[in-house]
Amino acid sequence: MTGRPAGTGVPAPGRTHRARTARHLALLLGGAVFVLWAVATLTFFAIRLIPGDPAQAILGGPGSQASQEALDQVRSDYGLDQPLVVQYFAMLGRLLTGDLGTSYSLKVPVAELLGAQIGGTLLLAVCSLAAAWVLALALSLWSTGRGRIASALGQGIELVAAALPHFWLAAVLIAVFSTGLGWFPPVATGTPAGFVLPVTTLAIPLAGFLAQVMRESLIDAMRQPFVVSARARGESALGIRFRHTIRHAALPGISLSGWALGWLLSGAVVVETIFAMPGLGRTLLQAVTLRDIPVVTGVVLLVALVYVVMTVLTDLVARIADPRLAQEGAR
Amino acid sequence: MTANDADPVLELEQLRVAFGREEVVRGVSLAIAPGECVAIVGESGSGKSVTARSLLGMAGEGARVEAQTLRLAGRDLRGATEREWRGVRGGQAGLVLQDALVALDPLRPIGREIGDALRIHDRMPRAERRARTLEVLADVGMPDPATAVRRRSGELSGGLRQRALIASALALDPPLLIADEPTTALDATVQARVLELLAEVRGRGTAVLLISHDLAVVARLADRVLVMREGRVIEQGTVDEVLRAPREPYTRALIAAVPAEVPRGAPLSRPADSDANATAAQTPTAADRAASREGSPGSTPLLALDGVVKTFPVRGGGRFTAVDDVSLDVHRGETVGLVGESGSGKTTLARLALALTAPDRGAVTLDGEPWSALDEHARRPRRPRIGAIYQDALSSFDPLWSVGRILADAAGGAPGKGAGTGHPSRAATARRVAELLDRVGLAGAVAGREPLTLSGGQRQRVAIARALAAAPELLVCDEPVSALDVTIQAQILDLLDELQRERGLAMLFISHDLGVVRHMADRVAVMQAGRIVESGPAERVFAAPGHPYTARLVADAPRLVH
Repeated sequence: MTGRPAGTGVPAPGRTHRARTARHLALLLGGAVFVLWAVATLTFFAIRLIPGDPAQAILGGPGSQASQEALDQVRSDYGLDQPLVVQYFAMLGRLLTGDLGTSYSLKVPVAELLGAQIGGTLLLAVCSLAAAWVLALALSLWSTGRGRIASALGQGIELVAAALPHFWLAAVLIAVFSTGLGWFPPVATGTPAGFVLPVTTLAIPLAGFLAQVMRESLIDAMRQPFVVSARARGESALGIRFRHTIRHAALPGISLSGWALGWLLSGAVVVETIFAMPGLGRTLLQAVTLRDIPVVTGVVLLVALVYVVMTVLTDLVARIADPRLAQEGAR
Repeated sequence: MTANDADPVLELEQLRVAFGREEVVRGVSLAIAPGECVAIVGESGSGKSVTARSLLGMAGEGARVEAQTLRLAGRDLRGATEREWRGVRGGQAGLVLQDALVALDPLRPIGREIGDALRIHDRMPRAERRARTLEVLADVGMPDPATAVRRRSGELSGGLRQRALIASALALDPPLLIADEPTTALDATVQARVLELLAEVRGRGTAVLLISHDLAVVARLADRVLVMREGRVIEQGTVDEVLRAPREPYTRALIAAVPAEVPRGAPLSRPADSDANATAAQTPTAADRAASREGSPGSTPLLALDGVVKTFPVRGGGRFTAVDDVSLDVHRGETVGLVGESGSGKTTLARLALALTAPDRGAVTLDGEPWSALDEHARRPRRPRIGAIYQDALSSFDPLWSVGRILADAAGGAPGKGAGTGHPSRAATARRVAELLDRVGLAGAVAGREPLTLSGGQRQRVAIARALAAAPELLVCDEPVSALDVTIQAQILDLLDELQRERGLAMLFISHDLGVVRHMADRVAVMQAGRIVESGPAERVFAAPGHPYTARLVADAPRLVH
């Protein structure tokens, strides 16, 4: 942006605008740090409520019949004999240096374990999110502005899709496209083909949700006078959708995407288990079963971090898509 | 049709538009020559907007359009395909709508909106498109076009964004410009500038079709006028012929309803189909009015604002002063008009008077007793003394409540509470509701209806009935007729006037419309940027403004006769 000549009557975004954005970002980051601290604290104390002795878990669970000496040794090694408060601050200190501890069951650093798993899960979630967006946009663009039947049909599809549970959808997809048609493998094979069914399972219900919200704002945007202006300029129906209304329709979808990614991560627990995919979800499930406290803490923190990052990202994208947000309350 | 030397840009004969079985345009004919402005006036539902949009093939979904002739720039457009229409839109005819805040895409910079017209119709190189965009913005008087192209409609003032909208319609220099209520959302001074711009556009040889409900706007811009009612043109001629010597009773009613030059107290509305002058007898003389008003200087004013200041925090630090050291008295039986442009602080002042917001400094007193200084608990029992009427009646009602329930609630008799609880009985409440409805000229059956099913005028009557329900001494009216058609506006103003005389009400009457205030107010206060710059008897202030700002408002106010 260049400077503007004085006294033109046309306001230009200047230093105040940038300062506002910077302050907004600082607030967001501060909030993010607070959320992470709160999640770490909650997880730390909540996990103490899980019945059973962590030292037992470290030595292979209650069935291991570890000796009292071995248990004592483990307790002092892991600092479990210290008072809770000391353990808490020790954990916070470790977290600040990026150390997530060592897995009880696998005896490898949690960071390493999660690092190996996060990629697959994030890829799954992001692909599903993208697929859901494409499906939702296609559905809402197709079913609006072309009569009552299309609209009712679109609404019906959205409602059913949004209500589908992952485990059921996965089973049906496997039965049809894997067992029946043989198009895709029933378990994740690490190939793109093996990825299709898990992504579809996660994307369809989310697409239902997103399409419901987008349809509303799309219909609202189609009624606005600027659509009349655009038509009166000679714009085609397609041009109006792609140059004008689609952007208005996308706004609520964008704000929902932060929430959606978190939702997809929890869906990943189910989907990764069903399709036998390596990933964060399955790791979490196993860790909970084995009372592998450091791994559980690590996964929870990581998911919280993803959530926070995604929220900041959607906020920034929303401000780009709708510049009015950045201007809000400026006058 | 009037003969013109040049070939007309637009020739329309016997246009008929129907939606299903309902015919909304019933045989409209008109022709516009280059450099001529033809106006269609009429109230909502008269078919004027549908007529205008039919010229762009945009009559609406499910519309059946027929015409004996429909020629635009020499081209027969009867039976044109959507593809052919797209070529006409923007290229042969541009459309300007009411409010550029929403008539331009609020998410896109105006430069792209204007550039779109160029992109759609000829595949101009980008640089050329930009040059043309800047040129057309300069043509409509946009200051600093190079900066303006990057602004969105929401970042520009009302007048500037309306200019941008006009620029987007003129980008391809079409021979016809259709302006559908182009200045309705604007303040009088801004409206005057935009009308000057449209006159300039006409002066460059563009034919202008002006659609308006506002006769004063038409008087300023048009060469010829068509008056439409129920889908038909009932009268047409030059502006002078139609406005000075209207032949049809309906046209006369329309003109009579414009309050600008009608003296205080004289009724504005009269039955459209009779020439009755009988109402003149009811017009009170100035002496009557003076006699009915006890409030003369010296007695305690009913409402008094004393050195009131109200500020609001602005994001990014600092405070915005909405009302700046305002003192104002309203006496019993008197109407004080408050005029000013949008953003001048009128509505904040109304909220202060209603004690909906507390002043930062100064005090509001009611009948000599503290009002703004009370805490809400102590104030609540006295709230019935002040009634309020707003511009948008609909949003001031609970949409799920029937009119009867709204009025019963306001009258203090919540339905379902029987005798012996201190509330009036069901029957007494029903009687009171019927009485109120009758007083504002509504049928008793309206009690059973929801506000959404009522017309704008009916809703405003219900709002007045609600304000009267608690038998107030003061009415605060904030733009009470701004959303209404002129004949409906006339009826509502007459009703308010009558009620005031009948009950000796005091009124704080807020409006941006000088004509309305001049007609309604005994005294006026002129507000600019939070301050009252001038006040005094209405006739004196409007006839001989003492402040330059008032003088400008008066000069820019649209009126029928120049």
